[in-house]
Amino acid sequence: MLNLVESRTPAAREQTAALLASVSPTALDGEAPAHLVGITGPPGVGKSSLLSRLVAAWRRREMSVAVLAVDPTSRRSGGALLGDRARIEVDPADRSVFIRSTAAGDRLGGLAPATRAAASALAAAFDVVVIETVGVGQSETEVADLADTVAVVVQPGSGDVLQFLKAGIMEVPDVLVVTKADLGQIAKRAQSDLRSALASLGAGGVEVVAVSSVSPPSGIDELVQALDRHRADLDLAARRLRARRMHALADFVTEYGERGLRALGGRREAEKWLGEQDPGLDVGALGRLLSEHAGRAG
Amino acid sequence: MPLTIPKYPARHPNRPVLQDPFHTMAAMSETPAPRLPERDRSWMMRTYAGHSDAKSSNELYRRNLEKGQTGLSVAFDLPTQTGYDPDDELARGEVGKVGVSIAHAGDMRTLLDEIPLDQMNTSMTINATAAWLLALYIVTAEEQGVAEEQLQGTTQNDILKEYLSRGTYAFPPGPSMRLIADTIAYTVQHVPKWNPINICSYHLQEAGATPVQEIAYAMSNAIAVLDSVRDRVPQDLMGSVFGRISFFVNAGVRFVEEHAKLRAMAQLWDELGRDRYGVLDDKHRRFRYGVQVNSLGLTEAQPENNVYRIALEALAVTLGRGVRARAIQLPAWNEALGLPRPWDQQWSLRLQQILAYETDLLEYPDIFEGSKVMDGLVVELVEGAREEMRHVAELGGAVEAVDYMKSSLVESHRERWRRIEAGELTVVGMNRFTSTEPSPLTADADGGILVVDPEIEAQQRAAVAKWRDQRDQAAVDAALEELARVASEHDENIMPATIAAARAGATTGEWSQTLRAAFGEYRAPTGVGDAAAVSTEEIAELRDEVERVSEALGRRLKFLVGKPGLDGHSNGAEQIAVRARDAGMDVVYEGIRLTPSQIATSAAQEGVHVIGLSILSGSHRELIPSVLAALREAGVEDVPVVVGGIIPDADAAVLREAGVAAVYTPKDWDLNQMMRDIVKLVGERHGVQRAAVA
Repeated sequence: MLNLVESRTPAAREQTAALLASVSPTALDGEAPAHLVGITGPPGVGKSSLLSRLVAAWRRREMSVAVLAVDPTSRRSGGALLGDRARIEVDPADRSVFIRSTAAGDRLGGLAPATRAAASALAAAFDVVVIETVGVGQSETEVADLADTVAVVVQPGSGDVLQFLKAGIMEVPDVLVVTKADLGQIAKRAQSDLRSALASLGAGGVEVVAVSSVSPPSGIDELVQALDRHRADLDLAARRLRARRMHALADFVTEYGERGLRALGGRREAEKWLGEQDPGLDVGALGRLLSEHAGRAG
Repeated sequence: MPLTIPKYPARHPNRPVLQDPFHTMAAMSETPAPRLPERDRSWMMRTYAGHSDAKSSNELYRRNLEKGQTGLSVAFDLPTQTGYDPDDELARGEVGKVGVSIAHAGDMRTLLDEIPLDQMNTSMTINATAAWLLALYIVTAEEQGVAEEQLQGTTQNDILKEYLSRGTYAFPPGPSMRLIADTIAYTVQHVPKWNPINICSYHLQEAGATPVQEIAYAMSNAIAVLDSVRDRVPQDLMGSVFGRISFFVNAGVRFVEEHAKLRAMAQLWDELGRDRYGVLDDKHRRFRYGVQVNSLGLTEAQPENNVYRIALEALAVTLGRGVRARAIQLPAWNEALGLPRPWDQQWSLRLQQILAYETDLLEYPDIFEGSKVMDGLVVELVEGAREEMRHVAELGGAVEAVDYMKSSLVESHRERWRRIEAGELTVVGMNRFTSTEPSPLTADADGGILVVDPEIEAQQRAAVAKWRDQRDQAAVDAALEELARVASEHDENIMPATIAAARAGATTGEWSQTLRAAFGEYRAPTGVGDAAAVSTEEIAELRDEVERVSEALGRRLKFLVGKPGLDGHSNGAEQIAVRARDAGMDVVYEGIRLTPSQIATSAAQEGVHVIGLSILSGSHRELIPSVLAALREAGVEDVPVVVGGIIPDADAAVLREAGVAAVYTPKDWDLNQMMRDIVKLVGERHGVQRAAVA
């Protein structure tokens, strides 16, 4: 199935559209039940170790988990080394865990076009779908267009995220995770710094969870609960609707580029226009409408 | 009747204590006597040996000692090195392959039968499980009536290079460093003649290290070890601790520079002892090392040439008396073909004996003393190494810098390979002077290598089960419980509980499992992500072809590079992964030690077009069919599989028969050709038309 959604041949694209239609709310009679969790953060903060622990925690709750690991490797040669899978430890015999790595899109930290389609498709089959990306700044915005809940992972002592938050370079995530809680005092300080930064931004409700992935792990269950709480308080239909619209727009941009976007009157205008369309439309239908609209407008 | 072994002095009696052998002495410019008053004693001669079970290895050792070998060097199989019993799922195909299988005290007793441990000097290439094997050795000595303070030998016990190159680690860095510190603290106080750790730069060079990297990473590694021991021994013992740290180095065929490297290491070591650890006794600051000369440069093509390479490499570590090796083991000429036979090893031992006993090498003082060229080379290397050591220190020391060092090594190896491919680096018989007459050496029926009896694994599985049945289970349970308790107490030394468990009859797998439960497991970085992209005309053409086939496939050609089994020699797999990326493929590389089912799961979930498997430990006959079966089970049997490794021709035929699309061995050193084959293979399987020939 994922071979299909990654494929760019015309036939495969048509089949992908059909696949997405078959997992649309209209077809499923409601949103796909999975929790779409975005996990992002700068390289080296321990996302993969954290993910290993999270997957284990979800499995203990008997939830099936799919992970889409988006690798940041530069595509200078066209090729990419996809190493993330190696760093996520799972039981190889466990059929309820699925991991697929993909290279990032052309922009650094950008999502590959297929990632959105893959996430939507997997959402119909797994209890949790994780989209793991690397970076700070752009990447959590993109993931936010796709996931129900976005967790940004930082390590203690790295002031970047704090600065980015304060400067508004980075959007406020749904959950903040501070790794390496085993470092004790430093981690505690990072946690309280982030909390006060969030409070000053009027986002005091965002949870900051401290975790340690080294043995014995800590904070993992708290994180699972924080993610669940966010999802429970969420207007899921609205978020998923926005995700489908952003998906259609992203596909459109992949196909027609900046020129196509100009034909729609720019990104902001296009988003506004999409917001006025029938909420029941699936990604393929939205895409067709966008093309038609661009044809008329251009 | 027990063998008698000529007593080997711990120190060379004739060697003067040189404070600064390379500069001060030269500056004094007294005319040195051209000859030593008395011929030097030789270094200790060893052969890295062991295979199958304890009994056959014991016979091999006794034969080797009769041939004039003066010390033992024990090669353990991969399950023993990584802490699994022979009947463990992960041990499949590896039992007794690259070394001897030692699962408990009974095996160790058999291994050392009739070898008097009060006289023998035994080096054990053992790292993650070093504390355990040392405990088994101590218990065996105890049974022979030899007290632990009489024991002489070495446990390799260097975990950082396992993360960086060799791959037989078991535990995460923190607990591993603690195990090392514990064995050092224990031996300094109870087994004073033991070398508890060999800081290995050997495997760094095998992984592609330049001389500067080899020096810098070895020294940084030593600093990390010494810093962690400092917390675990009384301060007044630090001098003895420093004095017990020895090195295990490599020597490549550029033997002049390699000799300079050793002089540079001696100088840095001396400074480190004085300046960082305040070691006042000159003897404690002496740079002591053993050596196995380079295997990386040994070729499968015209393998007889390797004999010359080995001889020249041996010169690097013996020429200058000031930094002559304490112990030498030489590889066999046919290592790139498979496991060497006893005769092959004897041939290498004879080389050492000719060097020591026929030549005049041992009659002179340091022949490079006062050499401006040599001193200049040393200065260059020392300065380069200092800078690299500073960088590692800035990253927080060797443990924190594992990722950086690993990436640097992969990058150096990539560069070395590029130079070989470009013809900038000559390898005779491989990329130059390649026409050859058929070799009579490899013409015999067995192809000139040792084949381990596949029955050994079944025998060892049965033997360990029997051992477990016959021991006092309650005593073992109690000992392991105590071990688990000590493991969770950071401040307590692990050795007494480990020795008690060995005495009670615990197995290698049980000891390791107890510690795995306490410490957790670990996967080392693969280092491939940061390797610089290369682009040559040839690679550009390859990339066009990958683009063309990917277009036809609808998505980018995806290649899974996998290392099944316990073999940790990942250098080749890493270079293939990097080159495939440069050729434009999406490459899934997960590092070492994968089970067949892990590989199959990855192949299915990742939707790869082709799978490359690398095995150097000789277990391909068992593991490759298991992977093929797992792929069938996962429903991806139509994905073509290629295999690379040290694979004899006869085995290659068997593998192709079983469904492997292609087999590559060290003679297929042209990575671009391999990539072209792989793209073609994928194209054919998917009915992609061949490119029109321009």
